[in-house]
Parts: sequence; structure tokens; C-alpha cells
Amino acid sequence: MNRLALFIPFALCLALGAFLFFSLGKDPLDLPSALVDEAFPEFALEELHEPERQVSTEDFAGQVLLVNVWATWCFACRIEHPWLNSLAEEGVAIVGLNYKDHRKLAQDWLQERGDPYQFSIFDPRGVLGIDLGVYGAPETYLVDSQGIIRHRRVGVVDERVWNEEFRDLYQQLVDQANAK
Amino acid sequence: MPSNSLLTFGWLKQVGLLLLLLSSVAVAVEDVVNFSDESLRPRYQQLLEELRCPKCQNQNLADSNSAISQDLRAEVQRLLEQDLTDAEIKEYLKNRYSEFILYRPEVNRATWFLWAAPVVLVLLGGLIVLRLSRRKKLSQSEKLDVSPRSVEQQQRLDELLNSHKRGSE
Repeated sequence: MNRLALFIPFALCLALGAFLFFSLGKDPLDLPSALVDEAFPEFALEELHEPERQVSTEDFAGQVLLVNVWATWCFACRIEHPWLNSLAEEGVAIVGLNYKDHRKLAQDWLQERGDPYQFSIFDPRGVLGIDLGVYGAPETYLVDSQGIIRHRRVGVVDERVWNEEFRDLYQQLVDQANAK
Repeated sequence: MPSNSLLTFGWLKQVGLLLLLLSSVAVAVEDVVNFSDESLRPRYQQLLEELRCPKCQNQNLADSNSAISQDLRAEVQRLLEQDLTDAEIKEYLKNRYSEFILYRPEVNRATWFLWAAPVVLVLLGGLIVLRLSRRKKLSQSEKLDVSPRSVEQQQRLDELLNSHKRGSE
């Protein structure tokens, strides 16, 4: 019995080693999200193309949709954009959140690359960005028909990410909304 | 006149030192923040030390110069001007950026172990040291413990000692 007790420190070291080893594989950039399963924050901001029009969560109109945070200064957004275009063609509702950008630059960007957004929220000072906990672009939020955030992706949404993280949940939310 | 030139040299040195000091001060106040009430400034500094930049991971808001840190510094300033308490400001940011933003995590289900571990380890270490020292004391007193000799033993000892004395004479 006493001899077995001598192995306790060894077992503890082994457990600590295993814990640290598996922690190595975790992505430190993968931050916990504070807003998943919370309501999309209220906002009242100008529309990107129509400065005189104010948009708010009411413009989500009870749809299941993606809110995509982007900017012309964001390089990864260029990589992401073609996939957003094809999602929009498939009929996925996407709202753009133009984050800390210039109106003219953003308009030209969409003109050039195609506009997948139902409408674009213009947030030059990042006010809504702070309410959402945005710390970079691109970021994409999946919002259900009740205006609740169901998923958040920090970084590019491409075909692989869509299939792995969004597709099933999106379909499920759409089915739920249609059943009502 | 050598003495005079030495004097001017000393004077120049002092001016040089003064300029050096002033220039370092000028660098330190690069980030100009104006408060309606100066008493907010120490709280502002304290909060920036304890809030973590979400983009740059291992820096706090005071150290980091990333765009998001600049925005969050402005946000902290705005909230301070709105008369929010430090706890309310942290709560506000936590609700948006998750607990990650707090460099000093709250005690909850995920973090209690972090908070308790140092206390537990110190207690455990103390306990082990106490037990070891007690065991050592015990074994030492066992060695010193000379049980009283019986009369027979004393006689035998005296005999042996005497025979030894006789032998050496």
C-alpha cells in the first residue's frame, strides 16, 4: 500500500503533462463568445448606400440571416467575398456590417466585387462593433428569426467553414422559422 | 580662463540633463486624454492595466496600440465620464467581449481552481514540512533516549571499565 502511494507524485506529473500537451493543440485565438444565445444588440445606423435611411434590428424582418462584418481595409474579406456572393445566390439572407470604413471606398468595393447583402449597415466608428464584441474583420454572426445570435465565426467563412459550422444549424433554424 | 570655461561647461551639462528629462516627459504624455474631472484619470489608468486587448492577447489596453485597443480605451473613457463604477465598466465590456477581456478573472465555476490552487498548495506544503520535521524530531529523541540501566548492567559496566583500567596500567 505504502509503495503504491509513492507513485502518486508520478501520476500527478503524468496528468499535468497530458493536460499541458493537449492544451498545446488549442487555438489561442478562439475566444469564447459572450453573445451567442443572446439577442442581437439594438442599433440605429445609416445604410451604406442610402445615407438618409436608418437601419435597425427591425430591418432583419424576422428572417434567419447572416450578419457579416467586413471592411475594405480587411484583406481576408477579399478572400471571403466570392463565397458570400454564392451563398446569396443560393438564397441565404446576408446583412453587411461595414466596420470602420469610408463610405465611398466601401461602395466602390461592392460595385466591383458584387453585393451579396440585402442591406449594409454603415458603422464608421465601430459603435455596433463594440456592442457585438467585434475585434477584427471578418466576423460572421448567424441570427435566428427571433433576432437571437446562434453562432459566431471570427475569421473567414468559406465553403469548408460553412459546411462544418453553419450549414446544418442554418437549415435547422430556417425549418423552425417555417414551421411557425 | 580655465575655471570659467569649466563653469559654463557645468551649466551646459545641467541644461542638457534638464532637456533630456523634459523630452522623456513629452514622450510619456503622447496619448492625450482629457477628462472633465481629473480624479477619473487614476481610475482610467487602473482599468487599462486590468483590461486585456482582445486582438493582441498578451497585452493590456494600456500597452497595446492596435485599433481595437484604441477604440476600447475611448470606450472606457466614455463610460467613466458617464459616472459608471469600475465594476460596471468591467461588466459592460465582459458582456460584449466575454471574460477573456478581464486580466483578473472572476471567481466562478471555471476559475475557482486557479484562485484556490495557490492557497491549497501552500497549505499542503506546510503540512508536509510539519510532518517531516516532526518525524525527524521523533527519530532524534529515540536515539538520545537512554533507558535507565539496571543494577546488573551497571555492575557489568563497572567491571568492564575496571578491567580495562587494570589492563592499561
